Amino acid sequence: MPKDGGIGESTKRREDIRFLTGKGRYTADINLRGQAFAWFVRSDVAHGRINGIDTTAALALDGVLAVLTGADFAAKGGNPAGWLIQSRGGETMKEPKRPVLAHGKVRHVGDAYAVVIAETQDIARDAAALINADITELPAIVDMAAAVADASHRVHDEIENNVCYDWGWIEDNRAAVAAAFESAPHVTTLKLTNNRLVPNAMEPRASIGDYDSGTGDYKLYTTSQNPHLTRLLIAAFVMGIPENKLTVIAPDVGGGFGSKIYHYGEEAAVLEASRILNRPVKWVAERSESFLSDAHGRDHVTTIQLATDLQGNFLALRTETLANVGAYLSNFATVTPTFLHGTLMAGPYKTPLVYVNVKAVFTNTAPVDAYRGAGRPEATYSIERVVDKMCRELGLDPVEVRRKNFLTPDQFPYTTPVALIYDTGNYQATLDKLLELSDYSGFETRRAASAAKGRLRGLGLSTWIEACGIAPSALVGALGARVGLYDAATVRVNATGNISVMVGAHSHGQGHETVFAQIVSDRLGIPASSIDIVHGDTSKIPFGMGSYGSRSLAVCGTAMVKAVDKIIAKGRKIAAHMLEAAEGDIVFEDGKFSVTGTDRAKTFGEIAFSAYVPHNYPLETLEPGLEETAFYDPANFTYPAGAYACEVEVDAETGRVEVMAFTCADDFGNVMNPMIVEGQVHGGVAQGIGQALLEHTVYDAQGQLLSGSYMDYTMPRADDLPMFTVDHSCITPCTHNVLGVKGCGEAGAIGSPPAVVNAVIDALQRGGHTAITHIDMPLTPVRVWSAINA
Amino acid sequence: MAKISMTVNGKSVAAEAEGRTLLSAYLREGLGLTGTHIGCDTSQCGSCVVHVDGVAVKSCSVLAMDVAGAQVRTIEGMANADGSLGVIQQAFQDCHGLQCGFCTPGMVMTTAALLADNPHPTEAEVRHGLEGNICRCTGYHNIVRAVLTASGQNMSVAAE
Repeated sequence: MPKDGGIGESTKRREDIRFLTGKGRYTADINLRGQAFAWFVRSDVAHGRINGIDTTAALALDGVLAVLTGADFAAKGGNPAGWLIQSRGGETMKEPKRPVLAHGKVRHVGDAYAVVIAETQDIARDAAALINADITELPAIVDMAAAVADASHRVHDEIENNVCYDWGWIEDNRAAVAAAFESAPHVTTLKLTNNRLVPNAMEPRASIGDYDSGTGDYKLYTTSQNPHLTRLLIAAFVMGIPENKLTVIAPDVGGGFGSKIYHYGEEAAVLEASRILNRPVKWVAERSESFLSDAHGRDHVTTIQLATDLQGNFLALRTETLANVGAYLSNFATVTPTFLHGTLMAGPYKTPLVYVNVKAVFTNTAPVDAYRGAGRPEATYSIERVVDKMCRELGLDPVEVRRKNFLTPDQFPYTTPVALIYDTGNYQATLDKLLELSDYSGFETRRAASAAKGRLRGLGLSTWIEACGIAPSALVGALGARVGLYDAATVRVNATGNISVMVGAHSHGQGHETVFAQIVSDRLGIPASSIDIVHGDTSKIPFGMGSYGSRSLAVCGTAMVKAVDKIIAKGRKIAAHMLEAAEGDIVFEDGKFSVTGTDRAKTFGEIAFSAYVPHNYPLETLEPGLEETAFYDPANFTYPAGAYACEVEVDAETGRVEVMAFTCADDFGNVMNPMIVEGQVHGGVAQGIGQALLEHTVYDAQGQLLSGSYMDYTMPRADDLPMFTVDHSCITPCTHNVLGVKGCGEAGAIGSPPAVVNAVIDALQRGGHTAITHIDMPLTPVRVWSAINA
Repeated sequence: MAKISMTVNGKSVAAEAEGRTLLSAYLREGLGLTGTHIGCDTSQCGSCVVHVDGVAVKSCSVLAMDVAGAQVRTIEGMANADGSLGVIQQAFQDCHGLQCGFCTPGMVMTTAALLADNPHPTEAEVRHGLEGNICRCTGYHNIVRAVLTASGQNMSVAAE
């Protein structure tokens, strides 16, 4: 039974109060006295050489304060790649400079090459239209295969064939994998596209730069998932601002999903503009601007092969992928298709031989980087689609094939052929739970009912695993990461006994202010209402790497618990002194320090007060105060896993697909707040269904973004989705963090796309369309109809 | 520039605005009521929904001068007089019908209009009624539960 307001309770969120009453404080809501406004001038061609930029007319407009161009930032550093990947032959990846503003060339539609600062946003926008840039349009390279094949059209002049790297994992196993394929009784091959998506958090990006010439201090308010990382990148790599003179504040942020991890040029530009003008400079993106310039997600073209015997036992798996990185390397672009994708190609299975090849390709499109799931949806999609295809080819049951290839609980810890060490899991349990909750055995009845209505009904499965809770710094460092991936928390107990917890994680929808307080409350036995969670401001919080990769609880939560335990340890010493007992005789339980075997006790509040008014206090051996910080570097990734089932109805006349049911059986380890976890899965599944059926980022051959607004980019809406059935009762606690948590933020988006596509293929196959073995996402009505009528 | 007056959340207000000033900008910048949010530029996301003379309106698609003299209600005017959450707001909290909060003001305003028009909607009617409001976080599951709960229909508020 969870403690009141403690771990395991579906405590309602305290952050809701401000969001429901219009008192949220998002970056666009913040106004600084004397602020000027920035408007970025963006390329309307996908590829071009900048011959000159005439700013005369813009500067002449009344109210315009300054115009900056790429030349003004040419001496500054480039936005760095956060992970150095080695190619198969040992060469280091290509790392073209990503300037604050485009200089010399523009490389994608939306590439900002100038910024106008003016008294009002409207004047800045009007002036931007008066910027006269002489840009010689160059041929655009949009298709990845064409980019690799054509050495003459280069996104970056110094990079032949537009290839960033050619990565193999694990290269030493390649020959053995090839041999297994040679001798395999059956090989299933599938070519598939993981469609490019635009993350589309509902809050567009925004940044405010505020330079104080009196102190030399810079402040940046920005829509970020990780203010300390942004600060480090700007200070150490891009602008050369001393780190101790730069504060980054990510206030309320309206969703991120990965797109707000990265440092963007706009952030550096507003800081520099503020310094030049000695006024705050504010920028808020328009949605169409976000479409053009936010980091996009996914965009892989993959050929996957699965070698099996005729009973469906997996013998070997290999994939070849072209991964689009877009025009420039966004901060984590290089790791998303490699160590967050290739390393998941074993799935939850005991496949003994796996080889992954990924070529990352530059194109004249927006930069591509991590988006909810970041590489793991791509891996899961490839695996679960080829498994499904193999089952059809061999006439095998998709449930039994998965079941017999699963790792079994006695095999953990398990080192996969792609080098991850899964700590624990029970994939049979989640599959069994799924079959029960989805009423799998009742499908035929539902299928017949759909058929009577003239609809084809199908059921698709997906059994997935992912690696999150990123990550052990030493391990990722050895693999090329240029950052550590620990996190931190400071627990500050006040004299009056209430607590502020400053955390490195950032909440942009995940409910940390509520859940983290539950955990501290549970650990200390004091009410959650006396615990305040502080995040987002680098001048307040210790250095944490922020929130993404489903890491907030596993990494920052663990740091927080360690800090709380330090508080308790110090509290014991204080209590021992006050109670005149040996430290070893002090028991801490339910907010009280007591002498074991007696009723002599001091409350947490009394201990706290004593620490700050240390009159009855062991000053000879113990410092006053009650504030502790802990940094935690995880020992391993965490490995949530689960089983998903999707049921669809297909209207063969129109090709329209309707999701009738979606069921999730997940293992997230221990669950802190069930309500929050379920919400995360709902949101992830919605995004996965969006990818599978609705969303698509389309560039034409000239690199113009055709799907540049909500008129053309189909976001899932309330009437596109059903109610979901989600379950997290199958629990194998993570073995290497004290809370036993695995992270749940991305699971829904990882496991769902293949379940949807498998369901549609199932519906079509059952409906007699046996020639249809694959349709690429999104399975829009026209694509489904075309497949039916091919 | 001209001074445009209206009643917002029961209070008479006036602020300078140009002819081209949208109602959303008038509210956010003119009056400092930043609870109404801008999520898109094609009038499709619904983050900016307010009520004008009792009707749900996308404030990004209306000129401030066109609603001069009207009764406007925003998210800031949805709580009870004593500051406690109104029925719809409370239902959203109870049902975890929000995560990042950005679409939430528009969702609440649309819900209020929906329920005024159809006090006991079915799930399908709720989903259809919300199709003008995009949420990227919740998958709509808990928003639908919140709307049904706010309508007084029997729906468990406990997490499933």
